[in-house]
Amino acid sequence: MAQADTDIAGTTRIAANVSDEVAIEIHNMNKWYGTFHVLRDIDLTVQRGERIVIAGPSGSGKSTLIRCINALEEHQKGKITVDGTVLSSDLKNVDRIRSEVGMVFQHFNLFPHLTILENCTLAPIWVRKIPKREAEEIAMHFLTKVKIPEQALKYPGQLSGGQQQRVAIARSLCMRPRIMLFDEPTSALDPEMIKEVLDTMVSLAEDGMTMLCVTHEMGFARQVANRVIFMDQGQIVEQNEPEEFFNNPKSERTKLFLSQILGH
Amino acid sequence: MSGTPKVAYVRSDMLPEAPPPPGQAGPIKWLRENLFAGWFNSAMTILAIYVVWSVLSGTLPWVFNGIWDAGSLTECREIRNARGLDSAACWAVVNERWLQMLFGFYPTDDPLLARLFYADELAAAGGAEMVFGGGFNATQQVAFISAMKDEISNAAIFFFGYWRPLLALALLVPAIAPVLYSNLPRSLLIFSLIYPFVAFFLLWGGSVWLPTLVALGLLATIMAGRYAAAFVGSLGGFFVSLIVFLAIFMNPLGVVGIDGLFPLLPQLNGELTDAIPLGLPFIASQNFGGFMLAIIIGTSGIVLSLPLGIALALGRQSSMPLIKWVCVSFIEVIRGVPLIVWLFTASTLLNYFLPPGTEFDLLLRVIIMVTLFASAYLAEVVRGGLAALPKGQYEAADSLGLDYWKSMRLIILPQALKISIPGIVNTFIGLFKDTTLVVFIGLRDPLGLTNAIRATSEWNGIYWELYIFVGALFFMFCFFMSRYSMYLERRLRTDHR
Repeated sequence: MAQADTDIAGTTRIAANVSDEVAIEIHNMNKWYGTFHVLRDIDLTVQRGERIVIAGPSGSGKSTLIRCINALEEHQKGKITVDGTVLSSDLKNVDRIRSEVGMVFQHFNLFPHLTILENCTLAPIWVRKIPKREAEEIAMHFLTKVKIPEQALKYPGQLSGGQQQRVAIARSLCMRPRIMLFDEPTSALDPEMIKEVLDTMVSLAEDGMTMLCVTHEMGFARQVANRVIFMDQGQIVEQNEPEEFFNNPKSERTKLFLSQILGH
Repeated sequence: MSGTPKVAYVRSDMLPEAPPPPGQAGPIKWLRENLFAGWFNSAMTILAIYVVWSVLSGTLPWVFNGIWDAGSLTECREIRNARGLDSAACWAVVNERWLQMLFGFYPTDDPLLARLFYADELAAAGGAEMVFGGGFNATQQVAFISAMKDEISNAAIFFFGYWRPLLALALLVPAIAPVLYSNLPRSLLIFSLIYPFVAFFLLWGGSVWLPTLVALGLLATIMAGRYAAAFVGSLGGFFVSLIVFLAIFMNPLGVVGIDGLFPLLPQLNGELTDAIPLGLPFIASQNFGGFMLAIIIGTSGIVLSLPLGIALALGRQSSMPLIKWVCVSFIEVIRGVPLIVWLFTASTLLNYFLPPGTEFDLLLRVIIMVTLFASAYLAEVVRGGLAALPKGQYEAADSLGLDYWKSMRLIILPQALKISIPGIVNTFIGLFKDTTLVVFIGLRDPLGLTNAIRATSEWNGIYWELYIFVGALFFMFCFFMSRYSMYLERRLRTDHR
């Protein structure tokens, strides 16, 4: 179980429960869109149980980086190993990795023609081959965890943005992933709804989930992350523990970025 | 009052709901907003009422003063003049010929009619064995039948003489209902699968063993593939079912010159028919006609073109260049040439490409052509639906680990097809009405039959009544399809936009 301590800023930090096991290893990875070099020489090792926040200006390649991890985007050079499996163009590998890695999108991407419950049970039933009744039990467990079990029979269109994003998190969790990727999960939400989604993510962190989050929520980064990565122009510019990162940034680019997003 | 604005304000009680002012709700508001908003709008309303009234006052008397009981157009005119009417429709032609308009020259079940409604005369003539079993020569038989049909009412002939196409149509309802309405039990779908064979047997007749064996052969093909797939994988299963299919329906050894061993189907069919001769009198496709023909071609075309259209739409989006290229050329070629050209191809040119001596039913050829034509249109309609889906839906399906076929079947197609419903039904309605084009290749569709009816001396010169009847029949079916599509759209509306 994670213990809590208090850092200088006064927020309650969740202590990491990092193991020696490697969850994701990215080695010298490069990606191009046509001739545009989006990701340059990315090296990143994520231990199991680690919580990493990736920050940076728009267009810096942070979303592309995490989309490469579950092969939504193809990389052209270098090597990505997820959960011991090397990402290649082999479809079997890709589907296997995708079923082990949960992903939460900026625009939720729930399936509008299915109820909340069906959204959550679809992949367990068709990919994991779990019996329907059991899949529904798992789904209700995670819907309770994200605090919306009473919405199970509604359609996504009937829910608020914050509720939809929590359903999206539950939908990913129903596949019992070992790693969760978050691609700006709160950017499309009203301020009032951001908190409910962040609370869900914090409780996920407390359970020891390996998490990679692209987000601009610096409060969340301070509270949850055990590493913050700053990216610019397709490269990792700086990475550090959150306390050091926010209080004592080394690079000029990081300083400028932090002054802009924390300045008001 | 003081000049400084008062900034601080706190509402102490919330206002209750109040009714709108008089004249701002209900029918008066509707009339004023929709019919009499301003002088131009009012003038247009009055003009529109005048136009509608003058059209209806011209046509309705013609329709409702129509003459139903007459033997010819001349007789109709005499009755009209005797009644002192300016104009009156001559519905008598419909009254007399509606069976022909519905069924063309599809033969009636005369022995059944004779036993049911003409029993005394049948006995007097020497019994069914004598009249229909070879005792009478052709001339005597025709005389007997036409005398019988003069005696029996059209309604009786409709229900009992044409029981085969009627039963096929009646069974179409339970066969199609579980497909159209998802709240019916899924087990009814088994009948939907059996129905094509039942309908074939009822409409064309012949030995009962042919459709039964074809159905069992297809079942064996699928089952063998499934059973084998458990041991040798899905690709191996596919090859096993291919081999079973070839053995039953084709002659795989024909290429090496061994004939007579395969295919199994005709041999089994011959032996079973000899042993247990069960069946109905065979009726050739040339005798099919009338509205029945439109329904047969239309229904088969609709049922077959939807899966083909979906496959083409997916193929066109494929990342594999060869598949994409084949689909694109198919769609563009089929769609770029008028249907009537394809129908002529089916009726004449196709024979040049088939091996000499191949008997290939004209109706079947027409159904294939209509299906291909409609599927090219459907493919583009479905592609529109696929393109309208946000990229996030594909990504979400991918990120959950669903493979291509599962994500298409469970996520993408249900949504894309829902978006495309108006376009799909539009194509279906077009296909159904286009079946009248078969008149040009010599099939007797309802419009072709109007020409045949006009060619008789009694009804020479009658146009409106026949075309209105044909139009009303087509309208009935197309209107049902349109309503059903609206019901479907309402029921599938889950996005709550």
